[in-house]
Amino acid sequence: MAIAETQVYLPQAPRPRLRLLEDERWLAFVLLVPTLVLLGMFIAYPFVRGILLSVSSARVGVPGDFVGLANFYKIFNDGIFRTSAYNTFVYTGVTTVFKLALGLWLAMLLNRNFRGKAFTRAFILLPFIIPTVLSTFAWKWMFDPTFSVLNWLLYHLGLITSRINWLGDPDLAMISIIIVNIWRGVPFFAISLLAGLQTISPELNEAAAIDGAKPWQRFWHVTWPLLLPVTMVVVLFSVIQTFADFQIVYVMTGGGPANATHLFATYAYQIGIGTGILSEGAAIALAMFPILFLVVIIQLLYIRRVEVR
Amino acid sequence: MTTVTRRNVLKSGTALMGGMAGILATGRAPAFAQGTTVHWLRWNDFVPASDQLLRKELLPAAEKALGIKINFETVNGNDLQPRITSAIQSGSGPDVIMLFNNHPQIYSESVIDLSDLTNSVSKAEGGYYDLCKSNTADGQKWIAQPWAIVGAMIAYRKSWFDEVGSPTFPDTWEKYREVGKKLKANGRPIGQTLGHTFGDAPTFSYPYMWSWGGTEIEKDGKTVNLNKKEVIESVKFMTAFWKEAHDEGGLAWDDTNNNRAFLSQTICATLNGASIYIESLRNPDKYITEKGAQLKTDIQHSPLPKGPAGQFAMHTFFSHVIPNYSKNQAGAKEFLKWIHTTANYEPWFVSQKGFATPPTREWEKHKLWDEDKVMAPFKVAGLLGQTPGYPLPSSGKKPAEVLTKYIITDMYAKAIQGGTAEDAVMWAQGELTKVYT
Repeated sequence: MAIAETQVYLPQAPRPRLRLLEDERWLAFVLLVPTLVLLGMFIAYPFVRGILLSVSSARVGVPGDFVGLANFYKIFNDGIFRTSAYNTFVYTGVTTVFKLALGLWLAMLLNRNFRGKAFTRAFILLPFIIPTVLSTFAWKWMFDPTFSVLNWLLYHLGLITSRINWLGDPDLAMISIIIVNIWRGVPFFAISLLAGLQTISPELNEAAAIDGAKPWQRFWHVTWPLLLPVTMVVVLFSVIQTFADFQIVYVMTGGGPANATHLFATYAYQIGIGTGILSEGAAIALAMFPILFLVVIIQLLYIRRVEVR
Repeated sequence: MTTVTRRNVLKSGTALMGGMAGILATGRAPAFAQGTTVHWLRWNDFVPASDQLLRKELLPAAEKALGIKINFETVNGNDLQPRITSAIQSGSGPDVIMLFNNHPQIYSESVIDLSDLTNSVSKAEGGYYDLCKSNTADGQKWIAQPWAIVGAMIAYRKSWFDEVGSPTFPDTWEKYREVGKKLKANGRPIGQTLGHTFGDAPTFSYPYMWSWGGTEIEKDGKTVNLNKKEVIESVKFMTAFWKEAHDEGGLAWDDTNNNRAFLSQTICATLNGASIYIESLRNPDKYITEKGAQLKTDIQHSPLPKGPAGQFAMHTFFSHVIPNYSKNQAGAKEFLKWIHTTANYEPWFVSQKGFATPPTREWEKHKLWDEDKVMAPFKVAGLLGQTPGYPLPSSGKKPAEVLTKYIITDMYAKAIQGGTAEDAVMWAQGELTKVYT
């Protein structure tokens, strides 16, 4: 029996590689790859490199050998490191409290209706918009040991009789950098909290007012609980940024006088970049990590609890 | 019009990631403009006319003579170290970098041997001063080419010192303190930085310590013996001297503050290069004394006073290195060779008006030194200075580490801030021991 041959023409199948991308799951993965690469390059790679440096004896231009935790042992026995750690906690704690209080106060004021509201809101952001190094240089001039405009003002107002040694005295230098950090950070708190305040329905406050709640009671029992999740996120960001702050201290005092205002970041910079001992610099910088990690975990857990509630 | 399709985007993204992966794999940033461009990094000169001269005259002449392009960049002096560190670590950056004092020692593994250049300049110009070799030779080779020495002398107001009964500059620390006390009482304190800055702070604190008999390291190069009576006495003296005679804001000063303070006539004296005097020469009618005279007529220079162990000096030293990573090492060397020939270096030296002293002895004979008697003390600055690590013959890696950590300067600053002299010296002894052992 003869079998008739039938020729069947099928459309040419796409190459398997491209057909794979028609699958939404694979496509989603491929689209995520650039993000993963970017995160890998700019977060994971420097972080791993930092860890590797911190357990080596690397100096600038010299890869060094593995030394285990010797650098950490060294820095924990270093008085300047301990001062830097103490300063970092004081700096972060004091500035965060002030930034939150002033930022919240400002946000409440800006949440009201008044003439020129848009202009005022934009104006408030100025310290945050100006590049930090630039504005810090202006502050440095204001605190200048010889030509301080603040001293000039206080002297002519009759409030002081001799110059205040703003940046030459260890305590005053610390206060000076704290003032500049607060000045720079308040707008961030104010605008973020203002955004949070605007999501709260005015009807809630009105209902509370009708029920006889006084302004403070309305704030404490209505506004504050609703603002808390936003506040926690803002505080979290601020703590992370302030804890790792570098620019303000580097420009204002360089960590001086006599290492009295060093933070983790500035001391890591002095040892790693100035002296060229990259391994110790990396160890100092990494010492921040467990503390920041803990802060992030606690705050995120707290935010989740507040949201669930 | 080109259509943007999903596949095109994916292909381009893959290519981009491939490129990034290549950069990561080689560990080097992509190098552009290789071959003919020499990138020269220097500080913003305290004598701005010299930078102008380089930009407008000397570098165009070098480009013409050598057939290369020179990319000239200037930064704040305190930013030179961050720049070289990041350049070495990333494997790309300037081809010629200026450094201060013994800083080249920190980068000795990452810079090329310049012995051939230094030998030829030394031979042609009567030999380098000892401090040049100490700062820039690592024991086997020259790792940097000496450029200049900025002599550190005390600039002081002659008439103000006369008024308090000191017609000549005090030659001992005790006398300087007595005179300074009177001047501060008149609202004219001494101005001195003890901050973290490359020039005026260490060029004061090191010779001051040496003049009392203290050294960061003993001659054997191993023993740290700072915690001794002489050094404690020097700290006690400095603490009292500071309160009685100095502008107390100096703890926060950098290398520019004393210039501004002196020129605005709020301080009577300060350890400095000659930049204050040169600025007063440049703008004679801008700086007028309270008696109506030009400030330049009232400025004199003096070496630091003597201490119980003698009189010492340390000058800010400048040199250039060529990093290993440079693709233009030959061009960079040719350029250094060109700029160091007498005919090409001289216009720059003259533009400095004595602020910078050349690193070789031959230049002591230059007529510039006869033109202005106020500048005469700077002529022999190179003969008199010691280097960090003194009494070691070479200022190697460890003295460079001590210098860049500001341990000696901080020892005095800590005591002035309110600690005891004994504690400050003990702290410094501990820090030095960590470095040297």
